[in-house]
Amino acid sequence: MKDFIIPDRDFGTPASKAKEMVTLTIDGFDVTVPAGTSIMRAAAEIGISVPKLCATDSIDAFGSCRLCLVEIEGRAGTPASCTTPVAPGLKVHTQNAKLKQLRRGVMELYISDHPLDCLTCAANGDCELQDMAGAVGLRDVRYEKGENHFEVRNTSGEVNPNWIAKDDSNPYFTYDPAKCIVCSRCVRACEEVQGTFALTIEGRGFGSRVSAGMAGDNFLSSDCVSCGACVQACPTGTLQEKSVIEIGTPERSVITTCAYCGVGCSFKAEMRGDELVRMVPYKHGKANRGHSCVKGRFAYGYAAHKDRILSPMIRDSINDPWKEVSWAEAMEFASNRMKGIIAKHGRHSVGVITSSRCTNEEAYLVQKLTRAVFRNNNTDTCARVCHSPTGYGLGQTFGTSAGTQDFDSVEETDVVILIGANPTDGHPVFASRLKKRLRKGAKLIVVDPRRIDLVDSAHIKAAHHLQLTPGTNVAVVTALAHVIVTEGLFDEEFVRTRCDWDEFQDYAEFVSDPRHSPEATQFLTGVKADELRAAARLYAKGGNGAIYYGLGVTEHSQGSTTVIGIANLAMLTGNIGRPGVGVNPLRGQNNVQGSCDMGSFPHELPGYRHVKNDSVREVFESLWGVQIDNEPGLRIPNMLDAAVEGTFKGLYCQGEDILQSDPDTKHVAAGLAAMDCVIVHDLFLNETANYAHVFFPGSSFLEKDGTFTNAERRINRVRKVMAPRQGYADWEVTQMFAQAMGANWAYTHPSQIMDEIAMLTPSFAGVSYEKLEEMGSVQWPCNEKAPEGTPLMHIDGFVRGKGKLIRTEYVATDEKTGSRFPLLLTTGRILSQYNVGAQTRRTDNVVWHDEDVLEIHPHDAEVRGVRDGQFVKLASRSGETSLRAKITDRVSPGVVYTTFHHPTTQANVITTDFSDWATNCPEYKVTAVQVSPSNGPTEWQEEYAAQAEASRRILAAE
Amino acid sequence: MSGNPHEKLVYMANQISKFFESKPHAEGVAGIAAHINDFWEPRMRRHFFEVVDAGGAGLRPLVLEAAQTIKRPVAETV
Ligand code: SF4
Ligand code: SF4
Ligand code: SF4
Ligand code: FES
Repeated sequence: MKDFIIPDRDFGTPASKAKEMVTLTIDGFDVTVPAGTSIMRAAAEIGISVPKLCATDSIDAFGSCRLCLVEIEGRAGTPASCTTPVAPGLKVHTQNAKLKQLRRGVMELYISDHPLDCLTCAANGDCELQDMAGAVGLRDVRYEKGENHFEVRNTSGEVNPNWIAKDDSNPYFTYDPAKCIVCSRCVRACEEVQGTFALTIEGRGFGSRVSAGMAGDNFLSSDCVSCGACVQACPTGTLQEKSVIEIGTPERSVITTCAYCGVGCSFKAEMRGDELVRMVPYKHGKANRGHSCVKGRFAYGYAAHKDRILSPMIRDSINDPWKEVSWAEAMEFASNRMKGIIAKHGRHSVGVITSSRCTNEEAYLVQKLTRAVFRNNNTDTCARVCHSPTGYGLGQTFGTSAGTQDFDSVEETDVVILIGANPTDGHPVFASRLKKRLRKGAKLIVVDPRRIDLVDSAHIKAAHHLQLTPGTNVAVVTALAHVIVTEGLFDEEFVRTRCDWDEFQDYAEFVSDPRHSPEATQFLTGVKADELRAAARLYAKGGNGAIYYGLGVTEHSQGSTTVIGIANLAMLTGNIGRPGVGVNPLRGQNNVQGSCDMGSFPHELPGYRHVKNDSVREVFESLWGVQIDNEPGLRIPNMLDAAVEGTFKGLYCQGEDILQSDPDTKHVAAGLAAMDCVIVHDLFLNETANYAHVFFPGSSFLEKDGTFTNAERRINRVRKVMAPRQGYADWEVTQMFAQAMGANWAYTHPSQIMDEIAMLTPSFAGVSYEKLEEMGSVQWPCNEKAPEGTPLMHIDGFVRGKGKLIRTEYVATDEKTGSRFPLLLTTGRILSQYNVGAQTRRTDNVVWHDEDVLEIHPHDAEVRGVRDGQFVKLASRSGETSLRAKITDRVSPGVVYTTFHHPTTQANVITTDFSDWATNCPEYKVTAVQVSPSNGPTEWQEEYAAQAEASRRILAAE
Repeated sequence: MSGNPHEKLVYMANQISKFFESKPHAEGVAGIAAHINDFWEPRMRRHFFEVVDAGGAGLRPLVLEAAQTIKRPVAETV
């Protein structure tokens, strides 16, 4: 695909990482480049674009089109510049009579087998074949029309056997074989960039064609995950976004950041007027390096979905229908209610929930609203339900909750331990980068109850899969440490210099106890002792070892303990403080990191500083001009408990759907129902809004300025590409509400909010919109000591000084299986859907996942008489729901698995309110359940659907 | 767990205790107290002390010991 908006040059072949430099001459100009660079790229460096078709700089050169020929003095023939590396002193010519003639010949052949309907082609103006015809000066095609691939029928009306119909099966792009020049860029992009290997070139010579999957497959039925890398790589209109076919080519582009997951991919939002034509991953985005997944690239249609609410709404009681009102009326209604509650029940009876989907600036304002305007510390964020144990565990051991690396670090990793994370679904672009490294020889250890894709997929095989029983993470991690310590595999030098030796000895004594050995714990964890020992040895001695983990670690009653255990492993083996190692939490939502950084938790002000510290409060008090409470506020579960109890009455909830995302739905519903004023600020009438009195319509990430912070602490800009459809960016709405509550806030742009954050927060001191403009993005800490930010943490010492090794005693969860609930349910997510699905369900991504299904092992299915595809009842001590069964041996016997993307399933009716001991992060990953055949929705599902429908009524505006 | 606030807090306190029980005694006691002081909102600590003052039924011994150094919430100031 040609980039004609912001000329983002295609250098033809990837950059070489060699240190050694080589100087040569191209068309009489000297150029010095790293050894291993192609002549094509060297020429591009000095602004000479050699004509090319099969080369592009996201993939390795292949040398098939023969358009990029050059002449080298003293060498015979005309080598392809894309596959010929530079050498010292070469004298290269890229343009002379002979080359011109050869290139024209090549182009003539291509064009003779290509339809000449450029004017009506969707790629018109965006086609490299067109460009090359121009570049080589092609003026006529001398070949007689003969055998070709593009005519449906020949001149005598017979069907052309070479013609293949368009494949429209993918909802977002089409494949039109008639236009294909068989350059194989798509195939290589699918392999090298995405790592899926869904495409192949079938046949040979004139008969060769691009093919998705096996014979008979189309794009949708193949392994294709719709990442779009092939579409982006295709030089012609063969693989083409449907949005471009529909709208036309874009005319400008704006760099912004994906609002889905914690990878935080950078995109160019390509626009025509204020219509978004397509999203193209930005080559210079440091998290994604030009790649993306189906969500970020394609699933933005929700922003224009008909369900989106564009007018503020209010109602007296949750049994009333909604009434659309002006912003002013909504503000008045909401502030009067909140003021009334505060007057009657005191200032601690209200609170806020900030969003991990909104920007840093927005989260900051929402927590400021409660601290400075309501004057309490009752603020929490949905990060509570995912990564709060990371904050606690890494805070205790390293001194900061931050992940230690950047994503680039994976390129230097030798052994990866992946615990409780399924990156190919949850963090797809990171998964692609990881797979690339694994294909180059790095080893993988997977610790997961389920056989996730990475255990065994195209060209990837995990060295070890420790398929543990859900809920036994601490036992497994401690057993790994046992092996490392008792077999003397630890890095003594590192431990002596970087940790406290006495603490190490205490810890070593603890883990060396035979009860922590893999032999002792294998019956509990289900992980074979010799497999675990081998994994421990590999991690300790296999070179650079990096641990990546996800919610399968944190969402347990011992989530914080496991995080501590992971940090212990990294410290023991010295895998901290350089590229290729580290402890890397994979954060779920786009701005989990940022919302935590911004002081969303009730016990700490922005920058992770406890509210009990007078000196910290003083800084904020002097700027905000109010006194700040020195006591921690309520966390989400505590808010709900207090609501049920009657001491918590009002909530402002921005961009979160706690009714769907938090555990024990019935308890959440009871808490919400007990409140007098629930304000929901969201794009859609989400499930929580069923219990709301005020609805502030939200703006999508396309409609506002701000920043997101991804899992590598990278602060990325979000840029407004169109005006907010409901009139205001979310930060403006919060500000209006604060003003209605009596605050004198007067921000006119989010950059001013960031300036305030920088002023108050040492780790953000150097961050400003100017800095982000200049650097593209920056990883905090960014301050005087690290003006360019901090890609790697703890290089010379831990943030807390010495790293702290802490004992990690395994305590079994109280959620236990028994005769009534003999199976363990664990939950997760899938690629095409995101979180509670509010956005992705409103896009064509539903073609891949239109309902939640229950994965169950064939053995467990058989004894229960459950058939594949059948409705089953899933029951736990908390409640029951029904969904369809999928019989698979990806799960072990005794374990069942589902996702929670669809409100009708309400998987959280099932989950209990057990939670992490340190942070109350809910134990989503283990619930004792029973499964039985059923014939449809449960009573609760029906009641819920009826209530939801009734509460979503909107009165027609008068 | 039921909705009873006391029962729930007893459960949570004991859960915290179990983590700290594997540490040296003094460190464990201090750890529990610091944890509850740092993370429990005054309402929760008030309920907690209602249990402690009524004899501490159900609380693990280490929690009871830690209760000596857990801050009693001051009366609400509106
Ligand atoms: S969309 Fe992605 S996965 Fe699908 S064929 Fe193209 S590159 Fe491969
Ligand atoms: S589909 Fe596009 S990228 Fe793939 S071989 Fe054909 S022209 Fe090349
Ligand atoms: S969802 Fe995640 S991986 Fe996919 S494009 Fe967005 S940020 Fe990148
Ligand atoms: S671009 Fe070099 S051979 Fe195709």
